[in-house]
Formats: sequence, structure tokens, C-alpha cells
Amino acid sequence: MPTHTPSRSTSGPAPGAAPAPRKRQPNGADLVIRLLERQGIDVIAGIPGGANLPLYDALGRAGSIRHVLARHEQGAGFMAQGMARVTGRPAVFFATSGPGATNTLTAIADAKLDSVPVVCITGQVPLSLVGSDAFQEVDIYGMSIPVTKHNFLVRSVEELAEVIPAAFRIAASGRPGPVLVDIPKNVQMAPVDQAVFDNPPLPGQPAPPPAPDPAGISRAAALLDAAKRPMLYLGGGVVASGASDMAVQLAERAGLPTVMTLMALGAMPAGHPLSLGMLGMHAARHTNLLLAECDVLLVAGARFDDRAVGKAERFCPQATIIHIDIDESELDKILPVHCGITGDVGLALAELLPLLRTRAEAGREAWLTRVEECRRRHPFVMPGADDPRTPYGLIRCAADAVDHDAIVATDVGQHQMRTAQAYPLRGPRRWLTSGGLGTMGFGLPAAIGAALARPEATVLCFTGDGSLQMNIQELATAAEEGVNVKILLADNNALGLVRQQQELFYEGRLVASSYRRKVDFARIAEGFGVPAVDLDASEHPLRDLADALRAPGPCLIRVTVPAGANVYPMVPPGADNLHMIGGEPEPGDAMPALSEDDDDSDTHADATGGRHVHA
Amino acid sequence: MSMPDTATPDRQHLSPRPACPTAVAPDARPLVALRLTVNNHPGVMSHVCGLFARRAFNVEAILCTPVNGGQVSRIWLLVAEDERLEQMVRQVRKLHDVLDVRRRPAGGEGFARLAECMAAWERETAGQ
Ligand SMILES: Cc1ncc(C[n+]2csc(CCOP(=O)(O)OP(=O)(O)O)c2C)c(N)n1
Ligand SMILES: [Mg+2]
Repeated sequence: MPTHTPSRSTSGPAPGAAPAPRKRQPNGADLVIRLLERQGIDVIAGIPGGANLPLYDALGRAGSIRHVLARHEQGAGFMAQGMARVTGRPAVFFATSGPGATNTLTAIADAKLDSVPVVCITGQVPLSLVGSDAFQEVDIYGMSIPVTKHNFLVRSVEELAEVIPAAFRIAASGRPGPVLVDIPKNVQMAPVDQAVFDNPPLPGQPAPPPAPDPAGISRAAALLDAAKRPMLYLGGGVVASGASDMAVQLAERAGLPTVMTLMALGAMPAGHPLSLGMLGMHAARHTNLLLAECDVLLVAGARFDDRAVGKAERFCPQATIIHIDIDESELDKILPVHCGITGDVGLALAELLPLLRTRAEAGREAWLTRVEECRRRHPFVMPGADDPRTPYGLIRCAADAVDHDAIVATDVGQHQMRTAQAYPLRGPRRWLTSGGLGTMGFGLPAAIGAALARPEATVLCFTGDGSLQMNIQELATAAEEGVNVKILLADNNALGLVRQQQELFYEGRLVASSYRRKVDFARIAEGFGVPAVDLDASEHPLRDLADALRAPGPCLIRVTVPAGANVYPMVPPGADNLHMIGGEPEPGDAMPALSEDDDDSDTHADATGGRHVHA
Repeated sequence: MSMPDTATPDRQHLSPRPACPTAVAPDARPLVALRLTVNNHPGVMSHVCGLFARRAFNVEAILCTPVNGGQVSRIWLLVAEDERLEQMVRQVRKLHDVLDVRRRPAGGEGFARLAECMAAWERETAGQ
């Protein structure tokens, strides 16, 4: 952003003369900062540049909001997501126009798919230049339409007072999501009426959630009461609506075995007798087997993602499905449901709960006994859980060393699926993972954001060597801010989950899924100012792990894991959920019989037919 | 928002198709008319069209008219009946700037009159 300063020395006030103290008239940028303060924003992640410098100037003058200087705008976006995911409130990030703005798009798309309320504020070239291919001009408004819940290009300073509160209202109302506000530089610099500045509009608040239709609720109650083998299926919407406790109470009252999507983990605490953990592609065998037996399925705040339900037509073939979601367009989208209820999940469950027959009244013991039997016969196997130098052991031993309030972030890959399977999450809003978009590089910046919002908590970030390298520059931010983020790196020097798919579904042809050179991550971390522990070299790995997790501030804990260790069970993409590969109790056992009508000829699953797989 | 006023219409594109949309789509599916009431600002059309394009819905005709004073506009869309249409309409309703969506089977008359008007333009400007 070249600035041209004319050098006129003869006229005007003498250089160095103190200007008369005069109240400066606020501008658009000052108003934005004022409105953000009023929204309760106290931390903003971002990166400055030519087109958002007035905003930064105003931020600096106000001095009320802590700014965290990210090293990449995608990192800033994921930091905002980390804050929003643990608090449930919209978080803000800043980027400049052009490349700054395009760099935010992945983080915004990620927030859209996981329904995370974030507000991205981008600087734009002055309105007079918009559309002229000016320096660092891109049409971020147009580019972000499909990945935002809503977006704005602010065309006058008067609109700001309306747009900023609206952005927060939209981000947090109904099904939450990302909102982008693009503010041209001239709008940021335009003078604002002192009166408007002194009496800004009220902060934007989420609209009251829509009340569920009472007729639908009583129909759902009747269906559940008559069920012999009912189950409860929780999605991320349960966490978003703060309905986790309500869901647990409802499950307990009616005796409903409960499964969770990747997004909902923690909604029912791990270890709860009714919890069957995650469903779908990497579920425990008994979880998918039992779903196929259920006769009535209550789905709350979920969207039947293909990673959860597998081949949709074969999902829960015997079940009558009740679906509650705040987003009407999710009803009947993937599966025709028998009873669709549009409304806030928390309100709907609260209304449903007192109507339901209790576990005893409904005579659920036979079903619950069957659930226990299936769980015993097809347990989840977790080899090496006691040894922190194994893929599962790293997760379990770290969990043992921290308290129940620890926050857990992951990146994307085998380590993510293992963490989802093995980490005992005890409550909602402690689990940060890129579910819908599956974005490598999410983990570290999201963990930093979580730590900024919850400085008292320990934040664990389970990552892989591939993912960590996608936003590794944020190690510098972690060191600078001193955040309490513990990076647990399962280093297989490979894109493990890709390698796994090539092994299983592409006849073992491994292409571009492992690295030829090893990276010395401990040295890299130390170079960024983050202390590192290499468990490979440790004589007392358990003790060193616990010590590293206890020490305040960021650190990186690294362990080598074998690239060939696959995550099991696995349902091949496109197959139905009974078509699970691996994950049997004893390696060497024959594959358990699949469903009777197991003739999925249109999947890649056949490539593994009869193959011996080690869990 | 107004219809784009193109000084040199792309005749190559327009001429091979009948200018008058009828009540069935080219593949003989019945047509449905959607009437959207939207906030009138420059981005609404991209929001709406983006949704239809993403799910590969062919929009047979589109018209946008201002409503009293221009705070609000109507977007009229003609699309082929499709089992995904109901879900599509729900998605359109979700757009923040879309205030109302109504649908009814397309008799063709309204759009036919518009098509007549356009056909007249084609005739008058032929050879220019
Ligand atoms: C940005 C992005 N690019 C590509 C992918 C495809 N992908 C999914 S998992 C994976 C490998 C992840 O490797 P790593 O982080 O080392 O985890 P591992 O599976 O080895 O545990 C890749 C490349 C993705 N999910 N995200
Ligand atoms: Mg790896």
C-alpha cells in the first residue's frame, strides 16, 4: 500500500508543533470498534494491511480489545472458531482486502459446515475503486456467498450501525454460522456523527429460538412410547442449543441407548451407561450393529452426514425416524423422515421429556440387556492404550493426565478419528474438530482460540505431521501469547488417513501419501519459541508426558507412530454402516458376519474381501 | 435491482430457443413458478441464483421487479418440477434477504406476456 506524502515545507503548521488538543471526530472504523466492544468482544485475531488500517488504528486508539496477531488469515479464522466453539458466542477476526480476504475463505467455509458463529470483518478498497481491479481488490462479497450464512458489503458509513449488530444477530440466531462484513476503506474513514457514536444501536442478540410444533412433539412421544428398541442420535445442534443435559435426562428417563455424531461428542459424557459413543464410519462395531436393530430413532440436531449414516438408504432399515432440527431445510434432505419437527432442539427435548413413558413403564430392560450383550460381544478395541508411545496410548495417557475440564482440539486424519474414538469427553463445548469440512490445519489455531477464551483450561491439540504443517506458523502466535496449548503430535511421516484408503480401497497402491523427508518437529517448535518433548527419546514417557502437560504455556509433545497402523473399524465410503472392516477383539479371528443382505457391489469394499486386518 | 439492460443482446444465444416459455420444461416436466419477495440490494440476485446453480437446477426464466418504492423486490423464477424442489424452497427461505417464497404451477401466461415483449425487441433490433 504505497502512500504518497507531498513534501511541502513552507506552508502549514511548523513540523513538530503540538496540535491544539481537539476532540477528533469519530470515523466509521471507530464506530465498528465501539459496536464490537458493545457486543462483548474482548479478543480479535487478525492481520492488518492497507485496506483495514483505519480499523487497526481505531482498535489501537480504543485500547479496549486485545488483538492477537495471527501469522496467516486462515489461522486467525480458526482462532475465532476456537473461541466461538468453546463459548457458543460469536467471535471476530480481521483481514485486509485481496489476499488477506481470500485467505479467510477456508476457515469461513469450515464454520459454515459446522454451524459456528464467527464474524469476519474484511477491509476493502475504497468504493470508488471497487470493480476496477484495484490493487488488492477481490470480490470477497461474491466469493463468500456460498460459504457464509450471510454477508454484507457496506456501502455507506450510515449502514455500519445497522450491519454490525445484524452480523452478530444472524451469526448467532437459529442455526449459527459465519457472517462476513466487507468494509471499504473510505467507509472506515468517513466521519460519523458524534451523536450516533455516543448513542450507538443496541448490540445484536440472537433471535428467540422458534418453538417446536406441539403436534409434532406429541406424535414423537407416541412413537417413542410404542417403541421396543428405541435409540437416541445426537448431533452438533444439541451442543449448539445448550441441550446436552436435557438430552441426557431424556435418554435416562426413557432408557434410550444414545449415539453421537463427531460434532456431538461430549454431549453425553463418555462412560455414561447409555452412551454408545460415535456412530458411523469409525464407530465401535456394537454401535453400528445396534443402530441396525433399532425400531424408533430420535435424531436431534443432526443432518445425516454421510460419514455418520453411511449409505443413507440402508441406514437403520427397521427404524421409524423422528428428526428435530432448527433448520427446516435439513428435514427430508437426505432421508425421508416419519416425523419431522422444526425447532430448537433444547426446547423440543424439554417438551418431549415429560410426555415420555419412563424406562420402566415402557419395559425397556430387554432391549437394554441386548445392548449390553452386543457391547460385550463387539467391544471397541484400543490396542496399546497404556503406552503413550502408541497411537491410542498417546490419547488415553494424555486424557489421564489432565482434568475433566480440559479442552480437546484435533486436526484431520487418523489421529482425529482415534481421538474421537478414544478420548473420554465429559461434557459439551470441550471438543473442537473440523467435522463437516475436514480441514487439515484446523487444530493448532482452533486450540489457540480456545485457550484465549478459556485461559484457565488446559487445551490439548491432537495433531498429525501433515495437518500440523498446514498452519505450523501459528506456533509463533502460541509462543507470543503464551497460551496453554499442548500439541500432541502423532508423527507417522505420512498422510495416514489417505494412505489407509489407498491400502484398503486402491489395492495398496500408495501414491503421494507419505513424505520422503522427515521433519524435525521438536527443533521447529523450539525455533518458534515453543518447548518440545520427544517421547521417542524418553526413558519415562508417562512421566515426561504428564510433566509436559502440567507445565504452563504452550508445548509440543511428539511421538513416532507407524504409518501402517490403520484406524478400525472402518466403513468404506459409500457403503452401509454394517459393512465394517476390522476392529474385531482378537486379530486373527475371521471377520464377523456382516448383515444378511450384504451384497454391496457398488462400493470399493470388495477390494478387502477376506483380507486379514489388524486392529 | 432491475433487469440488465444489455445494449447488444447475445442473439446467438437467444435465437435458437423459443422466446416464449410454456408451462412445461424442455424435457416435458411441468413448470413451477416461484415468487420471492426479497430485500432490494445488489447482492440478492447472486444469493438466490447461487443456490439454484449449486444443485444444478435449471432456471427457465427469471424476472425481477421492484415493489412499492423499491425497498423490496419480487424475483419471479420459473423452474421445472423436481422432487428436490420443496427442499430447495426451504433453502431459499433460509436466505437472510428473502422475506417470502410462494409457489404455484406455472400457467405460463405472465411469463408468456414477458416473452412477447422480448420477442418484439428481438424483431425490432434484428439486423442491428
Ligand atoms: C486441507 C486438506 N487437504 C487435504 C485433505 C485430505 N486429507 C485427509 S486426511 C489427510 C492426511 C492427514 O495427515 P496427518 O495430519 O499427518 O494425519 P494422519 O492421518 O497421518 O494421522 C489428508 C491429506 C484434507 N482433509 N484437508
Ligand atoms: Mg501423519
